[in-house]
Amino acid sequence: MALFDYKLKDLHELLHKKEIAVSDLVDESYKRIKEVDGKIQAFITLDEERARERAKNMDDAVARGEDSGVLFGMPIGIKDNIVTKGLRTTCASKMLENFDPIYDATVVEKLRNAGTITIGKLNMDEFAMGSSTETSYFQKTYNPWNLERVPGGSSGGSAAAVAAGEVPFALGSDTGGSIRQPAAFCGIVGLKPTYGRVSRFGLVAFASSLDQIGPMTKTVEDNAYLLQAIAGLDQNDSTSANVPVPNYVEQLTGDIKGLKIAVPKEYLGEGVGEAARNAVLEALKVLEKLGATWEEVSLPHSKYGVATYYLLASSEASSNLARFDGIRYGYRAKDAQNLIDLYKKTRSEGFGDEVKRRIMLGTFALSSGYYDAYYKKAQQVRTLIKKDFDDVFKKYDVIIGPTTPTPAFKIGELIDDPLTMYANDILTIPVNLAGVPGISVPCGFHNGLPLGLQIIGKHFDEGTVYRVAHAFEQATDYHKQKPQL
Amino acid sequence: MSRISKEQVAHVAHLARLSFSEEELEKFTHQLDAIITYAEQLNELDTSNVKPTSHVLDMKNVMREDVPEKGLPREEVLKNAPDHQDGLIRVPSILE
Repeated sequence: MALFDYKLKDLHELLHKKEIAVSDLVDESYKRIKEVDGKIQAFITLDEERARERAKNMDDAVARGEDSGVLFGMPIGIKDNIVTKGLRTTCASKMLENFDPIYDATVVEKLRNAGTITIGKLNMDEFAMGSSTETSYFQKTYNPWNLERVPGGSSGGSAAAVAAGEVPFALGSDTGGSIRQPAAFCGIVGLKPTYGRVSRFGLVAFASSLDQIGPMTKTVEDNAYLLQAIAGLDQNDSTSANVPVPNYVEQLTGDIKGLKIAVPKEYLGEGVGEAARNAVLEALKVLEKLGATWEEVSLPHSKYGVATYYLLASSEASSNLARFDGIRYGYRAKDAQNLIDLYKKTRSEGFGDEVKRRIMLGTFALSSGYYDAYYKKAQQVRTLIKKDFDDVFKKYDVIIGPTTPTPAFKIGELIDDPLTMYANDILTIPVNLAGVPGISVPCGFHNGLPLGLQIIGKHFDEGTVYRVAHAFEQATDYHKQKPQL
Repeated sequence: MSRISKEQVAHVAHLARLSFSEEELEKFTHQLDAIITYAEQLNELDTSNVKPTSHVLDMKNVMREDVPEKGLPREEVLKNAPDHQDGLIRVPSILE
Protein backbone atom coordinates (compact mmCIF):
# COMPACT_ATOMS: atom_id res chain seq x y z
CA MET A 1 0.00 0.00 0.00
CA ALA A 2 1.41 3.37 -0.99
CA LEU A 3 1.81 5.91 1.80
CA PHE A 4 -0.83 8.24 0.38
CA ASP A 5 -3.41 5.45 0.29
CA TYR A 6 -3.69 5.93 4.03
CA LYS A 7 -6.19 8.48 5.19
CA LEU A 8 -5.02 11.55 7.02
CA LYS A 9 -5.84 10.25 10.48
CA ASP A 10 -3.87 7.04 9.86
CA LEU A 11 -0.87 8.94 8.47
CA HIS A 12 -0.99 11.06 11.59
CA GLU A 13 -0.99 7.89 13.73
CA LEU A 14 2.03 6.53 11.82
CA LEU A 15 3.88 9.81 12.39
CA HIS A 16 2.87 9.91 16.02
CA LYS A 17 4.13 6.36 16.62
CA LYS A 18 7.32 7.31 14.75
CA GLU A 19 6.81 4.56 12.22
CA ILE A 20 7.33 7.18 9.55
CA ALA A 21 8.97 10.61 9.56
CA VAL A 22 7.73 13.84 8.02
CA SER A 23 10.64 13.55 5.58
CA ASP A 24 9.22 10.23 4.36
CA LEU A 25 5.97 11.94 3.45
CA VAL A 26 7.74 14.69 1.54
CA ASP A 27 10.01 12.12 -0.15
CA GLU A 28 6.97 10.13 -1.20
CA SER A 29 5.44 13.22 -2.83
CA TYR A 30 8.51 14.15 -4.87
CA LYS A 31 9.23 10.54 -5.74
CA ARG A 32 5.74 10.07 -7.08
CA ILE A 33 5.90 13.39 -8.95
CA LYS A 34 9.12 12.27 -10.63
CA GLU A 35 7.45 8.99 -11.58
CA VAL A 36 4.16 10.23 -12.99
CA ASP A 37 4.04 13.99 -13.44
CA GLY A 38 5.65 13.73 -16.86
CA LYS A 39 2.44 11.96 -17.88
CA ILE A 40 -0.19 14.03 -16.12
CA GLN A 41 1.53 17.43 -15.80
CA ALA A 42 -0.35 18.55 -12.72
CA PHE A 43 2.32 20.84 -11.25
CA ILE A 44 3.45 24.20 -12.61
CA THR A 45 6.02 24.92 -9.89
CA LEU A 46 7.62 22.73 -7.21
CA ASP A 47 8.95 24.02 -3.89
CA GLU A 48 11.22 21.06 -3.23
CA GLU A 49 14.12 22.69 -1.45
CA ARG A 50 12.00 24.58 1.05
CA ALA A 51 9.67 21.59 1.56
CA ARG A 52 12.57 19.29 2.41
CA GLU A 53 14.06 21.88 4.73
CA ARG A 54 10.73 22.31 6.50
CA ALA A 55 10.30 18.54 6.79
CA LYS A 56 13.71 18.26 8.40
CA ASN A 57 12.90 21.00 10.90
CA MET A 58 9.62 19.33 11.70
CA ASP A 59 11.28 15.98 12.27
CA ASP A 60 13.59 17.75 14.69
CA ALA A 61 10.50 19.13 16.41
CA VAL A 62 9.04 15.62 16.61
CA ALA A 63 12.25 14.45 18.24
CA ARG A 64 11.67 17.16 20.85
CA GLY A 65 8.11 15.85 21.30
CA GLU A 66 6.41 18.74 19.51
CA ASP A 67 4.10 17.06 16.98
CA SER A 68 0.61 18.29 17.64
CA GLY A 69 -2.34 18.50 15.25
CA VAL A 70 -3.55 16.00 12.70
CA LEU A 71 -2.22 18.10 9.78
CA PHE A 72 1.30 18.29 11.23
CA GLY A 73 3.85 17.27 8.60
CA MET A 74 1.30 16.61 5.86
CA PRO A 75 2.29 17.43 2.26
CA ILE A 76 -0.22 19.49 0.28
CA GLY A 77 -0.54 20.94 -3.22
CA ILE A 78 -1.95 24.43 -3.74
CA LYS A 79 -3.83 25.65 -6.81
CA ASP A 80 -1.78 28.30 -8.56
CA ASN A 81 -4.28 31.12 -8.03
CA ILE A 82 -3.71 31.11 -4.26
CA VAL A 83 -0.75 33.31 -3.37
CA THR A 84 2.25 31.81 -1.58
CA LYS A 85 4.96 34.09 -0.27
CA GLY A 86 8.23 33.58 -2.11
CA LEU A 87 6.74 30.84 -4.31
CA ARG A 88 5.82 31.84 -7.85
CA THR A 89 2.05 32.15 -8.34
CA THR A 90 1.06 32.32 -11.99
CA CYS A 91 -2.72 31.73 -12.29
CA ALA A 92 -1.52 29.63 -15.26
CA SER A 93 -1.16 32.90 -17.19
CA LYS A 94 1.66 34.55 -19.10
CA MET A 95 0.49 37.70 -17.29
CA LEU A 96 1.84 36.35 -13.98
CA GLU A 97 4.57 34.05 -15.31
CA ASN A 98 7.16 35.55 -12.96
CA PHE A 99 4.94 36.82 -10.16
CA ASP A 100 6.56 36.31 -6.76
CA PRO A 101 3.95 37.03 -4.04
CA ILE A 102 5.01 39.12 -1.06
CA TYR A 103 2.44 37.63 1.31
CA ASP A 104 0.60 34.36 1.94
CA ALA A 105 -3.11 33.86 1.38
CA THR A 106 -4.98 33.42 4.66
CA VAL A 107 -5.64 29.74 3.87
CA VAL A 108 -1.92 29.16 3.26
CA GLU A 109 -1.02 30.85 6.53
CA LYS A 110 -3.63 28.80 8.40
CA LEU A 111 -2.40 25.56 6.86
CA ARG A 112 1.19 26.40 7.68
CA ASN A 113 0.20 27.08 11.28
CA ALA A 114 -1.50 23.68 11.30
CA GLY A 115 1.78 22.13 10.10
CA THR A 116 1.26 21.29 6.41
CA ILE A 117 4.10 21.39 3.91
CA THR A 118 3.51 22.96 0.51
CA ILE A 119 4.87 20.65 -2.20
CA GLY A 120 4.15 22.96 -5.14
CA LYS A 121 1.64 24.90 -7.19
CA LEU A 122 -0.95 23.18 -9.33
CA ASN A 123 -2.05 23.74 -12.89
CA MET A 124 -5.44 25.24 -13.70
CA ASP A 125 -7.33 27.00 -16.43
CA GLU A 126 -5.92 30.50 -16.92
CA PHE A 127 -7.30 32.71 -14.12
CA ALA A 128 -9.65 29.78 -13.28
CA MET A 129 -11.64 30.38 -16.47
CA GLY A 130 -12.42 27.02 -17.98
CA SER A 131 -13.68 23.52 -17.31
CA SER A 132 -10.81 21.42 -18.69
CA THR A 133 -7.45 22.92 -17.60
CA GLU A 134 -6.73 23.31 -21.32
CA THR A 135 -6.59 27.13 -21.17
CA SER A 136 -3.44 27.09 -19.00
CA TYR A 137 -0.64 29.11 -20.63
CA PHE A 138 1.94 26.54 -19.53
CA GLN A 139 0.65 23.02 -20.13
CA LYS A 140 -2.33 20.76 -20.37
CA THR A 141 -3.02 18.39 -17.48
CA TYR A 142 -4.06 14.82 -18.30
CA ASN A 143 -6.68 12.78 -16.48
CA PRO A 144 -4.91 9.99 -14.50
CA TRP A 145 -7.75 7.57 -15.36
CA ASN A 146 -7.32 8.08 -19.08
CA LEU A 147 -4.56 10.22 -20.50
CA GLU A 148 -6.63 11.17 -23.55
CA ARG A 149 -9.20 12.84 -21.32
CA VAL A 150 -9.26 16.19 -19.53
CA PRO A 151 -9.02 16.21 -15.72
CA GLY A 152 -11.80 18.82 -15.62
CA GLY A 153 -11.23 22.37 -14.49
CA SER A 154 -10.45 24.83 -13.51
CA SER A 155 -8.81 23.01 -10.55
CA GLY A 156 -7.67 20.20 -12.87
CA GLY A 157 -4.09 20.11 -11.58
CA SER A 158 -5.30 19.78 -7.98
CA ALA A 159 -7.69 16.92 -8.84
CA ALA A 160 -5.19 15.04 -11.01
CA ALA A 161 -2.37 15.36 -8.45
CA VAL A 162 -4.54 13.89 -5.67
CA ALA A 163 -5.95 11.14 -7.90
CA ALA A 164 -2.44 10.19 -9.05
CA GLY A 165 -1.13 10.03 -5.48
CA GLU A 166 1.38 12.88 -5.91
CA VAL A 167 -0.03 14.64 -2.86
CA PRO A 168 -2.57 13.32 -0.37
CA PHE A 169 -4.61 16.55 -0.54
CA ALA A 170 -4.82 19.83 -2.38
CA LEU A 171 -6.63 23.13 -2.32
CA GLY A 172 -8.74 24.25 -5.24
CA SER A 173 -11.10 27.13 -5.90
CA ASP A 174 -14.66 26.98 -7.21
CA THR A 175 -16.53 29.79 -8.98
CA GLY A 176 -18.98 27.73 -11.07
CA GLY A 177 -17.90 24.15 -10.35
CA SER A 178 -14.11 24.35 -10.52
CA ILE A 179 -13.58 22.09 -7.48
CA ARG A 180 -16.53 19.69 -7.85
CA GLN A 181 -16.30 19.04 -11.60
CA PRO A 182 -12.58 18.05 -11.64
CA ALA A 183 -13.12 16.05 -8.42
CA ALA A 184 -15.87 14.13 -10.24
CA PHE A 185 -13.75 13.65 -13.38
CA CYS A 186 -10.76 12.38 -11.37
CA GLY A 187 -12.67 10.25 -8.84
CA ILE A 188 -11.87 12.20 -5.68
CA VAL A 189 -13.76 14.26 -3.06
CA GLY A 190 -14.07 18.02 -3.56
CA LEU A 191 -16.03 20.53 -1.49
CA LYS A 192 -17.11 24.04 -2.40
CA PRO A 193 -17.89 25.59 0.97
CA THR A 194 -20.69 28.09 1.66
CA TYR A 195 -19.82 31.51 0.25
CA GLY A 196 -18.07 33.31 3.12
CA ARG A 197 -17.05 30.13 5.00
CA VAL A 198 -13.40 30.37 3.90
CA SER A 199 -11.41 33.59 3.53
CA ARG A 200 -10.68 34.66 -0.04
CA PHE A 201 -7.76 36.86 1.02
CA GLY A 202 -4.90 35.92 -1.30
CA LEU A 203 -7.10 34.10 -3.81
CA VAL A 204 -6.56 35.94 -7.09
CA ALA A 205 -10.08 37.24 -7.77
CA PHE A 206 -12.10 35.94 -10.71
CA ALA A 207 -15.74 36.57 -9.70
CA SER A 208 -15.73 37.89 -6.17
CA SER A 209 -19.38 37.15 -5.34
CA LEU A 210 -18.97 33.49 -6.35
CA ASP A 211 -15.35 32.41 -5.65
CA GLN A 212 -14.62 30.03 -2.75
CA ILE A 213 -11.51 28.05 -1.83
CA GLY A 214 -12.09 24.43 -0.81
CA PRO A 215 -10.35 21.10 -0.07
CA MET A 216 -9.77 18.29 -2.59
CA THR A 217 -9.02 14.94 -0.99
CA LYS A 218 -9.35 11.18 -1.33
CA THR A 219 -11.87 10.77 1.49
CA VAL A 220 -14.66 12.77 3.08
CA GLU A 221 -12.99 12.62 6.48
CA ASP A 222 -9.75 14.12 5.13
CA ASN A 223 -11.83 16.82 3.49
CA ALA A 224 -13.51 17.67 6.80
CA TYR A 225 -10.14 17.94 8.55
CA LEU A 226 -8.87 20.35 5.93
CA LEU A 227 -11.97 22.54 5.97
CA GLN A 228 -11.67 22.67 9.75
CA ALA A 229 -8.20 24.15 9.34
CA ILE A 230 -9.05 26.80 6.72
CA ALA A 231 -12.59 27.93 7.66
CA GLY A 232 -13.52 31.00 9.65
CA LEU A 233 -13.76 34.77 9.87
CA ASP A 234 -10.80 36.76 8.54
CA GLN A 235 -10.11 40.44 9.17
CA ASN A 236 -8.60 40.62 5.69
CA ASP A 237 -11.75 39.46 3.88
CA SER A 238 -14.84 41.46 4.71
CA THR A 239 -17.00 38.85 2.95
CA SER A 240 -15.79 36.06 5.25
CA ALA A 241 -18.66 35.23 7.57
CA ASN A 242 -18.82 35.73 11.31
CA VAL A 243 -20.39 32.32 11.85
CA PRO A 244 -18.88 29.83 14.33
CA VAL A 245 -17.00 26.92 12.73
CA PRO A 246 -18.38 23.63 14.10
CA ASN A 247 -16.35 20.44 14.53
CA TYR A 248 -16.87 18.80 11.16
CA VAL A 249 -15.17 15.47 11.83
CA GLU A 250 -17.36 14.89 14.89
CA GLN A 251 -20.39 15.01 12.62
CA LEU A 252 -19.24 12.02 10.54
CA THR A 253 -21.40 9.62 12.50
CA GLY A 254 -22.49 7.41 9.61
CA ASP A 255 -26.07 7.91 10.78
CA ILE A 256 -28.45 9.37 8.21
CA LYS A 257 -31.68 7.79 9.46
CA GLY A 258 -34.62 10.08 8.78
CA LEU A 259 -32.61 12.33 6.45
CA LYS A 260 -34.81 14.05 3.85
CA ILE A 261 -33.27 14.20 0.38
CA ALA A 262 -34.57 16.33 -2.48
CA VAL A 263 -33.74 15.24 -6.03
CA PRO A 264 -34.41 18.00 -8.57
CA LYS A 265 -36.01 16.61 -11.71
CA GLU A 266 -33.93 19.12 -13.69
CA TYR A 267 -30.78 17.32 -12.47
CA LEU A 268 -31.87 14.01 -13.98
CA GLY A 269 -33.57 15.34 -17.08
CA GLU A 270 -32.62 16.64 -20.50
CA GLY A 271 -28.91 17.15 -21.09
CA VAL A 272 -27.86 14.72 -18.36
CA GLY A 273 -26.27 11.52 -19.65
CA GLU A 274 -27.64 8.09 -18.87
CA ALA A 275 -24.52 6.97 -17.01
CA ALA A 276 -24.68 9.95 -14.64
CA ARG A 277 -28.42 9.50 -14.11
CA ASN A 278 -28.14 5.78 -13.39
CA ALA A 279 -25.25 6.28 -10.98
CA VAL A 280 -27.31 8.80 -9.01
CA LEU A 281 -30.35 6.50 -8.89
CA GLU A 282 -28.11 3.70 -7.60
CA ALA A 283 -26.63 6.07 -5.01
CA LEU A 284 -30.13 6.99 -3.84
CA LYS A 285 -30.84 3.28 -3.24
CA VAL A 286 -27.73 3.10 -1.05
CA LEU A 287 -28.85 6.14 0.92
CA GLU A 288 -32.36 4.70 1.29
CA LYS A 289 -30.90 1.52 2.74
CA LEU A 290 -29.12 3.70 5.28
CA GLY A 291 -32.46 5.12 6.39
CA ALA A 292 -32.83 8.28 4.28
CA THR A 293 -35.87 9.09 2.15
CA TRP A 294 -35.93 10.98 -1.12
CA GLU A 295 -38.50 12.80 -3.22
CA GLU A 296 -38.41 14.49 -6.56
CA VAL A 297 -38.56 18.29 -6.42
CA SER A 298 -38.09 21.12 -8.89
CA LEU A 299 -35.51 23.87 -9.12
CA PRO A 300 -37.46 25.56 -11.89
CA HIS A 301 -34.85 28.18 -12.80
CA SER A 302 -31.94 25.73 -13.15
CA LYS A 303 -31.87 25.99 -16.90
CA TYR A 304 -31.14 29.72 -16.66
CA GLY A 305 -28.11 29.12 -14.45
CA VAL A 306 -25.48 28.95 -17.16
CA ALA A 307 -26.57 32.18 -18.89
CA THR A 308 -26.89 33.99 -15.56
CA TYR A 309 -23.50 32.76 -14.45
CA TYR A 310 -21.64 33.72 -17.61
CA LEU A 311 -23.03 37.25 -17.52
CA LEU A 312 -22.32 37.79 -13.81
CA ALA A 313 -18.99 35.99 -13.55
CA SER A 314 -17.67 37.65 -16.71
CA SER A 315 -18.81 41.08 -15.54
CA GLU A 316 -17.06 40.64 -12.22
CA ALA A 317 -13.99 39.26 -14.01
CA SER A 318 -13.80 42.21 -16.39
CA SER A 319 -13.64 44.49 -13.37
CA ASN A 320 -11.28 42.31 -11.31
CA LEU A 321 -8.83 41.75 -14.16
CA ALA A 322 -8.58 45.47 -14.90
CA ARG A 323 -5.73 45.47 -12.37
CA PHE A 324 -3.47 43.63 -14.82
CA ASP A 325 -2.17 46.70 -16.58
CA GLY A 326 1.57 46.05 -16.75
CA ILE A 327 2.40 48.79 -14.27
CA ARG A 328 2.84 47.48 -10.72
CA TYR A 329 3.37 43.76 -11.26
CA GLY A 330 3.09 41.07 -13.88
CA TYR A 331 3.87 41.06 -17.56
CA ARG A 332 4.60 44.35 -19.36
CA ALA A 333 4.70 44.60 -23.16
CA LYS A 334 7.75 46.18 -24.77
CA ASP A 335 7.87 49.19 -27.11
CA ALA A 336 4.64 50.87 -26.04
CA GLN A 337 4.19 54.39 -27.42
CA ASN A 338 2.07 55.76 -24.60
CA LEU A 339 0.12 54.61 -21.56
CA ILE A 340 -3.04 53.41 -23.38
CA ASP A 341 -0.85 51.58 -25.85
CA LEU A 342 1.02 49.97 -22.94
CA TYR A 343 -2.24 48.76 -21.38
CA LYS A 344 -3.57 47.35 -24.63
CA LYS A 345 -0.35 45.64 -25.70
CA THR A 346 0.28 44.22 -22.23
CA ARG A 347 -3.22 42.82 -21.85
CA SER A 348 -3.45 41.52 -25.41
CA GLU A 349 -0.11 39.73 -25.15
CA GLY A 350 -0.52 38.65 -21.50
CA PHE A 351 -4.02 37.10 -21.55
CA GLY A 352 -5.15 34.00 -23.44
CA ASP A 353 -8.27 33.72 -25.59
CA GLU A 354 -10.74 32.43 -22.96
CA VAL A 355 -9.78 35.21 -20.54
CA LYS A 356 -10.17 37.80 -23.29
CA ARG A 357 -13.52 36.34 -24.30
CA ARG A 358 -14.84 36.71 -20.76
CA ILE A 359 -13.40 40.19 -20.26
CA MET A 360 -15.10 41.19 -23.50
CA LEU A 361 -18.45 39.66 -22.51
CA GLY A 362 -18.27 41.27 -19.08
CA THR A 363 -17.26 44.67 -20.42
CA PHE A 364 -20.15 44.48 -22.89
CA ALA A 365 -22.67 43.46 -20.20
CA LEU A 366 -21.58 46.35 -17.98
CA SER A 367 -21.33 48.94 -20.70
CA SER A 368 -23.62 51.93 -21.02
CA GLY A 369 -26.89 50.99 -22.68
CA TYR A 370 -26.58 47.26 -21.99
CA TYR A 371 -26.22 47.17 -18.20
CA ASP A 372 -29.94 46.81 -17.44
CA ALA A 373 -30.61 44.32 -20.22
CA TYR A 374 -27.78 41.97 -19.32
CA TYR A 375 -26.03 42.56 -15.99
CA LYS A 376 -29.02 43.67 -13.93
CA LYS A 377 -31.26 41.10 -15.58
CA ALA A 378 -28.81 38.35 -14.62
CA GLN A 379 -28.69 39.63 -11.02
CA GLN A 380 -32.49 39.42 -10.89
CA VAL A 381 -32.50 35.87 -12.24
CA ARG A 382 -29.87 35.06 -9.62
CA THR A 383 -32.45 36.05 -6.99
CA LEU A 384 -34.92 33.56 -8.52
CA ILE A 385 -32.32 30.78 -8.61
CA LYS A 386 -31.41 31.39 -4.98
CA LYS A 387 -35.10 31.35 -4.03
CA ASP A 388 -35.49 27.92 -5.70
CA PHE A 389 -32.90 26.57 -3.26
CA ASP A 390 -34.40 28.39 -0.24
CA ASP A 391 -37.81 26.88 -1.03
CA VAL A 392 -36.50 23.32 -1.29
CA PHE A 393 -34.43 23.65 1.88
CA LYS A 394 -37.56 24.54 3.86
CA LYS A 395 -38.59 20.88 3.60
CA TYR A 396 -35.41 18.92 2.88
CA ASP A 397 -31.98 18.49 4.46
CA VAL A 398 -29.90 18.07 1.30
CA ILE A 399 -30.28 18.20 -2.46
CA ILE A 400 -28.69 15.40 -4.48
CA GLY A 401 -27.89 15.00 -8.16
CA PRO A 402 -24.97 14.27 -10.47
CA THR A 403 -21.96 16.60 -10.34
CA THR A 404 -21.61 16.63 -14.12
CA PRO A 405 -23.82 15.51 -17.02
CA THR A 406 -21.10 13.18 -18.38
CA PRO A 407 -17.75 11.74 -17.30
CA ALA A 408 -14.50 13.41 -18.48
CA PHE A 409 -14.53 14.44 -22.14
CA LYS A 410 -11.62 14.16 -24.57
CA ILE A 411 -8.82 16.67 -24.72
CA GLY A 412 -9.52 19.14 -27.52
CA GLU A 413 -13.15 18.02 -27.83
CA LEU A 414 -14.79 21.23 -26.60
CA ILE A 415 -12.04 23.83 -26.59
CA ASP A 416 -13.31 25.59 -29.74
CA ASP A 417 -16.94 25.45 -28.66
CA PRO A 418 -17.31 27.78 -25.65
CA LEU A 419 -21.08 27.34 -25.24
CA THR A 420 -20.94 23.53 -25.05
CA MET A 421 -17.98 23.78 -22.68
CA TYR A 422 -19.99 26.18 -20.47
CA ALA A 423 -22.98 23.79 -20.49
CA ASN A 424 -20.79 21.20 -18.76
CA ASP A 425 -21.19 23.27 -15.58
CA ILE A 426 -25.00 23.29 -15.66
CA LEU A 427 -25.33 21.23 -12.44
CA THR A 428 -22.67 23.00 -10.41
CA ILE A 429 -23.23 26.66 -11.33
CA PRO A 430 -26.58 27.16 -9.50
CA VAL A 431 -24.84 26.18 -6.24
CA ASN A 432 -22.40 29.10 -6.57
CA LEU A 433 -25.19 31.48 -7.56
CA ALA A 434 -27.14 30.49 -4.41
CA GLY A 435 -23.98 30.55 -2.27
CA VAL A 436 -24.71 27.17 -0.66
CA PRO A 437 -22.14 24.39 -0.03
CA GLY A 438 -21.78 21.43 -2.39
CA ILE A 439 -19.55 18.37 -2.44
CA SER A 440 -18.69 15.82 -5.12
CA VAL A 441 -17.98 12.24 -4.03
CA PRO A 442 -17.16 9.25 -6.28
CA CYS A 443 -20.34 7.30 -7.15
CA GLY A 444 -19.42 4.98 -10.01
CA PHE A 445 -17.57 4.50 -13.28
CA HIS A 446 -18.53 4.59 -16.92
CA ASN A 447 -16.11 3.07 -19.43
CA GLY A 448 -13.39 3.30 -16.80
CA LEU A 449 -14.03 6.98 -16.08
CA PRO A 450 -15.18 8.16 -12.63
CA LEU A 451 -18.57 9.73 -11.96
CA GLY A 452 -19.41 12.15 -9.14
CA LEU A 453 -22.40 12.43 -6.82
CA GLN A 454 -23.18 16.01 -5.83
CA ILE A 455 -24.61 16.67 -2.37
CA ILE A 456 -25.79 20.23 -1.74
CA GLY A 457 -26.62 21.66 1.69
CA LYS A 458 -28.05 24.70 3.40
CA HIS A 459 -25.93 27.80 4.02
CA PHE A 460 -23.18 26.95 6.55
CA ASP A 461 -24.43 23.37 6.88
CA GLU A 462 -21.26 21.68 5.61
CA GLY A 463 -21.67 19.36 8.61
CA THR A 464 -24.75 17.67 7.13
CA VAL A 465 -23.22 17.60 3.64
CA TYR A 466 -20.18 15.82 5.04
CA ARG A 467 -22.29 13.42 7.14
CA VAL A 468 -24.27 12.29 4.09
CA ALA A 469 -21.17 12.11 1.86
CA HIS A 470 -19.30 10.09 4.48
CA ALA A 471 -22.19 7.67 5.08
CA PHE A 472 -22.39 7.07 1.32
CA GLU A 473 -18.64 6.66 1.00
CA GLN A 474 -18.50 4.13 3.84
CA ALA A 475 -21.26 2.09 2.20
CA THR A 476 -19.51 1.98 -1.19
CA ASP A 477 -16.09 1.11 -2.65
CA TYR A 478 -15.71 3.69 -5.42
CA HIS A 479 -13.27 5.85 -3.45
CA LYS A 480 -10.95 2.88 -2.99
CA GLN A 481 -10.31 2.47 -6.71
CA LYS A 482 -7.08 3.88 -8.06
CA PRO A 483 -6.05 4.85 -11.57
CA GLN A 484 -3.28 2.69 -13.10
CA LEU A 485 -0.49 4.96 -14.24
CA MET B 1 -29.81 38.81 -37.14
CA SER B 2 -26.63 39.26 -35.22
CA ARG B 3 -26.85 40.86 -31.78
CA ILE B 4 -23.48 42.53 -31.90
CA SER B 5 -21.53 44.08 -34.77
CA LYS B 6 -17.81 44.05 -35.44
CA GLU B 7 -17.74 47.81 -34.74
CA GLN B 8 -19.36 47.25 -31.35
CA VAL B 9 -16.83 44.54 -30.54
CA ALA B 10 -14.02 46.92 -31.47
CA HIS B 11 -15.53 49.55 -29.15
CA VAL B 12 -15.85 47.07 -26.27
CA ALA B 13 -12.24 45.96 -26.89
CA HIS B 14 -11.13 49.57 -26.48
CA LEU B 15 -13.10 49.88 -23.22
CA ALA B 16 -11.47 46.66 -21.98
CA ARG B 17 -8.04 47.88 -23.08
CA LEU B 18 -7.55 44.98 -25.47
CA SER B 19 -6.51 45.10 -29.09
CA PHE B 20 -7.33 42.51 -31.74
CA SER B 21 -6.29 41.77 -35.28
CA GLU B 22 -9.00 41.83 -37.98
CA GLU B 23 -9.12 38.06 -37.89
CA GLU B 24 -9.47 37.92 -34.10
CA LEU B 25 -12.15 40.60 -34.27
CA GLU B 26 -14.15 38.42 -36.68
CA LYS B 27 -13.81 35.41 -34.39
CA PHE B 28 -14.73 37.30 -31.22
CA THR B 29 -17.73 38.96 -32.92
CA HIS B 30 -19.01 35.55 -33.94
CA GLN B 31 -18.43 33.96 -30.51
CA LEU B 32 -19.75 36.88 -28.47
CA ASP B 33 -22.82 37.00 -30.68
CA ALA B 34 -23.50 33.33 -29.95
CA ILE B 35 -23.02 33.81 -26.20
CA ILE B 36 -25.20 36.93 -26.06
CA THR B 37 -27.91 35.23 -28.10
CA TYR B 38 -27.79 32.33 -25.65
CA ALA B 39 -27.97 34.75 -22.70
CA GLU B 40 -31.12 36.33 -24.08
CA GLN B 41 -33.10 33.30 -22.93
CA LEU B 42 -33.23 35.19 -19.63
CA ASN B 43 -35.78 37.47 -21.31
CA GLU B 44 -38.30 34.61 -21.07
CA LEU B 45 -38.55 35.47 -17.37
CA ASP B 46 -40.56 38.38 -16.03
CA THR B 47 -38.30 39.99 -13.46
CA SER B 48 -40.06 43.34 -13.17
CA ASN B 49 -40.63 42.94 -9.40
CA VAL B 50 -37.50 40.97 -8.58
CA LYS B 51 -34.70 42.56 -6.58
CA PRO B 52 -31.23 41.98 -8.01
CA THR B 53 -28.81 39.84 -5.97
CA SER B 54 -25.24 41.09 -5.91
CA HIS B 55 -24.25 39.11 -2.84
CA VAL B 56 -25.78 36.04 -1.20
CA LEU B 57 -25.03 36.74 2.43
CA ASP B 58 -27.06 39.20 4.42
CA MET B 59 -24.24 41.59 5.25
CA LYS B 60 -24.05 45.32 5.40
CA ASN B 61 -20.95 47.44 5.76
CA VAL B 62 -18.20 45.64 7.62
CA MET B 63 -16.32 48.01 9.92
CA ARG B 64 -13.10 47.67 11.84
CA GLU B 65 -11.14 49.88 14.19
CA ASP B 66 -9.09 52.49 12.35
CA VAL B 67 -5.70 51.58 13.74
CA PRO B 68 -2.58 52.83 11.96
CA GLU B 69 -0.38 49.99 10.75
CA LYS B 70 2.92 49.87 8.97
CA GLY B 71 2.63 49.38 5.20
CA LEU B 72 4.68 46.93 3.18
CA PRO B 73 8.37 47.76 2.75
CA ARG B 74 9.09 49.60 -0.50
CA GLU B 75 11.60 47.01 -1.79
CA GLU B 76 8.99 44.30 -1.36
CA VAL B 77 6.33 46.28 -3.20
CA LEU B 78 8.70 47.04 -6.08
CA LYS B 79 9.89 43.45 -6.32
CA ASN B 80 7.30 42.58 -8.96
CA ALA B 81 7.22 45.94 -10.77
CA PRO B 82 8.40 45.45 -14.37
CA ASP B 83 10.26 48.80 -14.48
CA HIS B 84 11.30 50.99 -11.58
CA GLN B 85 13.93 53.52 -10.67
CA ASP B 86 14.86 55.32 -7.44
CA GLY B 87 12.01 53.65 -5.58
CA LEU B 88 9.41 54.72 -8.14
CA ILE B 89 7.55 52.75 -10.79
CA ARG B 90 8.40 53.98 -14.28
CA VAL B 91 5.76 54.18 -17.04
CA PRO B 92 5.76 55.61 -20.60
CA SER B 93 4.85 59.28 -21.01
CA ILE B 94 1.25 59.98 -20.11
CA LEU B 95 1.02 63.40 -21.76
CA GLU B 96 1.37 64.02 -25.47
